[in-house]
Amino acid sequence: MINPLRSEAEAYRFLLLTVGYFAAIVIATLALGRWVGFAVFVLLTVAGLVYLVRARRTEPPRRVATREGSENVRRILVVANETVGGEPLREEIRRKSEGQEEQVLVICPALNSPLKHWASDEDGARVQAQERLDASLARLRQLGVDATGEIGDAEPLQAMEDALRLFGADEIIISTHPPGRSNWLEKGIVEGARERFSVPITHVVVDLEAEREAPS
Amino acid sequence: MLLFIASEIMLFGSFFTIYFFVRVVNGASPWPPEGFHLPVFVAGVNTAILLTSSFTMHWALQAIKRGHRAGMQAGLVLTFFLGLTFLLTQMLEYSRIGFSPSDGAFGSVFYGLTGLHGAHVFVGLTLLAFATIRAFRGHFTPEEHWGVEIPGIYWHFVDVMWIVVYTTVYIL
Repeated sequence: MINPLRSEAEAYRFLLLTVGYFAAIVIATLALGRWVGFAVFVLLTVAGLVYLVRARRTEPPRRVATREGSENVRRILVVANETVGGEPLREEIRRKSEGQEEQVLVICPALNSPLKHWASDEDGARVQAQERLDASLARLRQLGVDATGEIGDAEPLQAMEDALRLFGADEIIISTHPPGRSNWLEKGIVEGARERFSVPITHVVVDLEAEREAPS
Repeated sequence: MLLFIASEIMLFGSFFTIYFFVRVVNGASPWPPEGFHLPVFVAGVNTAILLTSSFTMHWALQAIKRGHRAGMQAGLVLTFFLGLTFLLTQMLEYSRIGFSPSDGAFGSVFYGLTGLHGAHVFVGLTLLAFATIRAFRGHFTPEEHWGVEIPGIYWHFVDVMWIVVYTTVYIL
């Protein structure tokens, strides 16, 4: 659903459409009678609501400038939620940072239900995200990866943008479940990040179920 | 922004619910009830003034986006005075309309709806006044003009609500 009052230009267009909407209803009512006016009202209202619900914005995504990193240190921003502890992700981080000093920042978005998000009730989501993050950082340290972590915004792209403004990343690693089970892949988070951010982006698929079933 | 819109829709929606309730309870009797005469033409002229102010608001923002500072200043000043004219005309209408909020359910709901909208126009004028002062102090640029954009969104929203109020209360 699009918000018709997101910008001044859109609000102005919405005003003009409102004028046309009521003009049609008034003309139909005064010229053809009350019931015809009511029919026009119902038709236009349904059409307007369907348009608002189904419409999608078509403007290109904005590019976000990122803070410059240091020449001697490779900075890696890792974005993952449930898959932050997966073996392929840990392996990818270790491979990327091999042979040079690295700084790894792990962002764990505090995913929340839409209702709780709108009610700003995110305490529970942040606590759960913190627990996942603590466990992941502990595993990374066991592998010799010096990583720090933060809880990010519930919206993964926003969480990346927030982190990039403070952490001059040379690369972003996004970890997701396999296709078909990943909500982030369904939403096009990886493609969205590639369009929005100028740093290289690596997508790592972590199959936690397969890892659990595999003999240790 | 969505929460703001939702709260405003609920606020105006409650007043419109009362209005339509009174109207339905009134049944087949004439509407507005006998003894109440609404100045449809004057309110229509006032509607045109408010719509024009939306156009000047849009012009002001388009001007600053193109780096045309004088255009923005002129647009904001015009918008402010058109909005002020609307509000003063509405006050004049109140003084001459011939009934008060205590004159039955229709009087209460008429003053409630138009007064609620008038209060929104007053808030919009306050925002516009700040934006205009800042515009003359050289605060806005083609890249940074949120101080004009936000009052603009609010002003158009106030106009949308007036179209709804004018159509339902004065015309239909």
